[in-house]
Amino acid sequence: MKVVPGPAGYIPTPAVFEGVELPPPGKALLYGEIVDEEVAMREAAKALLTRRNPTIFPGPLVLWGWNASAMEKAKAVLELAMEIPNCRIIPMPDYRPKYPKIDPEAEINPNHPNLTILHNKIEVCIFVGVHCHYANLSLRMIRAGTNCFTIALCAEMGHEDAMVSLRDVHAEEIRRFKDVVVQVREELGIKWEPKLPPENPSLPPENYETISVVDYGEYSYLLIPRKGEYVPESE
Amino acid sequence: MGLEYVRISPGFERYMPKDYVDLVKYGQFGRQVDVQQLGQFKELVEEHPMCAGCFMAYFIRIFYASLPNPEDTIVIGTAGCARLALSQAAVPFVYGNYGDTNAVASGLKRALTIRFPDKVKDVVVIAGDGGLIDIGFGMTMHSWFRREKFTTIMVDNEVYGNTGGQESGMSPKGVQLKMAPKGKQFDKINAVELAKVAGCVYVAKLAPTNPKRIAKTIRRAILAARHFGPTFIHAYTSCNIEYSIPTEKVLEDARKREKQDFAFYEWMTDEVREYFEEIEKQSQEVKV
Repeated sequence: MKVVPGPAGYIPTPAVFEGVELPPPGKALLYGEIVDEEVAMREAAKALLTRRNPTIFPGPLVLWGWNASAMEKAKAVLELAMEIPNCRIIPMPDYRPKYPKIDPEAEINPNHPNLTILHNKIEVCIFVGVHCHYANLSLRMIRAGTNCFTIALCAEMGHEDAMVSLRDVHAEEIRRFKDVVVQVREELGIKWEPKLPPENPSLPPENYETISVVDYGEYSYLLIPRKGEYVPESE
Repeated sequence: MGLEYVRISPGFERYMPKDYVDLVKYGQFGRQVDVQQLGQFKELVEEHPMCAGCFMAYFIRIFYASLPNPEDTIVIGTAGCARLALSQAAVPFVYGNYGDTNAVASGLKRALTIRFPDKVKDVVVIAGDGGLIDIGFGMTMHSWFRREKFTTIMVDNEVYGNTGGQESGMSPKGVQLKMAPKGKQFDKINAVELAKVAGCVYVAKLAPTNPKRIAKTIRRAILAARHFGPTFIHAYTSCNIEYSIPTEKVLEDARKREKQDFAFYEWMTDEVREYFEEIEKQSQEVKV
């Protein structure tokens, strides 16, 4: 089976059911076929440089500073983002369901990733630092409902439902991928000065330093106990 | 897990949604908040898809604000209204199958104790009357018999709220519901007494009318579960849809029930009482 950008239709058969196998160490997946890493990286770079609205979706393993290697990986992701022309970063900080609705310009949620992709007209994206189970879920959903070209930079064994899937990707490998992006960019004659992507456009935060119970108006009674009903400090 | 979980990787502060930046800057992680400051810090749960006027949603808000150690807490829920809000909070949530929450919690608590011997990890089950006392009755009771060290909180709305209004074991006798038109034939199960007999070391029953009291009860239940054994809170959280309580009368209803059958009740073993007295004494000494 050739794993190509969708839309493949509602609940497509997972690529793994169609015979796509994960690559052995040192190899990668390109459209569901096992190829050399270099070949897959070049194809991914080409997609990032030619398709509309390239976006990186960093997951919790990159966004949160769990340990030194996570922080190093985060640094490498930013370096990669700087080299992709007009790249955006839309984070996936955790996997909890968010209803009634997420802000699709500010974040991507694995339970409905198509909202963010369709809203922002993203035609190529990178998944990095997303736990494999949720990456599988999202990548399949994206293939089902959008025309987005998906690139999975996986720290484990890779993902069958991505168009390009690299395995064992850590900070060093991300930097290697960045070098390939720069090389392909020069070959294509695209001029670009490295710069950081724009900030997250989510709403300005609440000012927690000035807000008080009084600001809750008629609902403040839910916070203030009745007269005479004194409860001492909890331990 | 731990506090590293809530530290944003350097360079990514500008790419995180403001919600998460606030959670790190003004959230509950790594500090103690007073429940009466609710709204003045970034709460662990904010948006939820529960019905307007749902008192369970209010209780869950207070519950999250009362957690003594949110960064090291895991919440377990099951099918029912409560999980709609629980699963959206910034605290790890496990969705058990219907009825097996306390079995899942038992395994989880034991595994966490082995995996993190030098850390305290709190496990809290929050489920409805159906999940704990009807369908999950066996597993709930056996977790108490085994004296598993975690907290069980029953958010009792006295009905199967999101499947159309079937009567539950906790519905009061005689009550007519949409799917129980003849009225319930049997008494409400006395969950508090069952918990005491089954081996819980701390048992409380409340109607959530006083935020400070809810917070204190929840903290006590969690602290007692850390050291002594199973703890149980039975909270009345009315279903304003199935019981047709107008939204603005929900608190009034809770106060009414508080006077009838949900007066605040707290029971604990002697060793737990001594433990709390010791803590209170220490905190008073610190204040002095």
